[in-house]
Amino acid sequence: MPEFGYTAAAIAVMALVTAGLRFAPFLLLGGRRTPRLAVYLGRVFPCATVGMLVVYGLKGISFAAAASFVPQLLAAALVVGSYVWKRSTLLSIVGGTVFYMVLVQTVF
Amino acid sequence: MQTIRDSFKSSLPVMAGYLVLGAGFGMMMKAAGYGAGWAFAMSLLVYAGSMQYAAVGLLGGGVSLVSLALTTLMVNARHLFYGISMLEPYRKAGAAKPYLIFALTDETYSLVCSGKRSIRECLLISLFDQIYWVAGSTAGALLGGAVPFSTEGVDFALTALFLTVFTQQWLESKTHFPALCGVGVSVVSLAVFGPDRFLIPAMAGITALLLAAGLKEKEGNHA
Repeated sequence: MPEFGYTAAAIAVMALVTAGLRFAPFLLLGGRRTPRLAVYLGRVFPCATVGMLVVYGLKGISFAAAASFVPQLLAAALVVGSYVWKRSTLLSIVGGTVFYMVLVQTVF
Repeated sequence: MQTIRDSFKSSLPVMAGYLVLGAGFGMMMKAAGYGAGWAFAMSLLVYAGSMQYAAVGLLGGGVSLVSLALTTLMVNARHLFYGISMLEPYRKAGAAKPYLIFALTDETYSLVCSGKRSIRECLLISLFDQIYWVAGSTAGALLGGAVPFSTEGVDFALTALFLTVFTQQWLESKTHFPALCGVGVSVVSLAVFGPDRFLIPAMAGITALLLAAGLKEKEGNHA
């Protein structure tokens, strides 16, 4: 049985650190006028950060065995290809995920 | 009404991922001996998926609160980027601002980061996303391992979400340097530092490269 006080304190620590990271830019740079450098970074960060998140999502890829990179790359290609073709976020996500699940559960 | 419907539709991709991944987290919590109340509390208050997954093992091992704080800091440092991107879009968010900032997860960020949505829409999306996450975690902890089919591979939904947002931004923007910089630096960092510690070096590299490019551009304008 987990100890109540320790678990509650642990949740509080994680909550405070996470919220601290989310609020920090607003507390430090959110004055009356946003510094010009921050405006510039705010403009270029979305594309760069989503690129980083794509890599983060695919970080489990390893080229040691086909099963640890072929399903990811095929499904990723399907998501991007179908999105360019149909421009439907939901279709691409559902299609790509189902395809990936079939690949990892039955083929590989 | 229209805004509610549009926001709900935009949040659907996250719904699939959060319900299932939230349930996975809840099941892990239950297996580790925690009741649904703890899963609920953590998803409500911490609301950071990958850290919550890591926390199940850390708490079970009785990690000290100081190392827990440091781990959280490193796992979640990427959230600093989200805040910087949303400084301007959320500037005039008024009373909704604290919640909008609190609820800025990877997935919510990827939906609101275009800066083209109204504050109302961003708020509804943020709220819907957290409801999915909290509901999924609580249900997972209540049901335990009683899922009749295999969900292996369903976590790809979140990667797929990032891929569609990336593709959309790529098609809509004139300059591809930031996107290429984000992917390129992250891949190099992943190769050098490995999957568990590549994010912080990647963030530092991306920031440095984008700043250098920005300064060069500015000099070019003066010449």
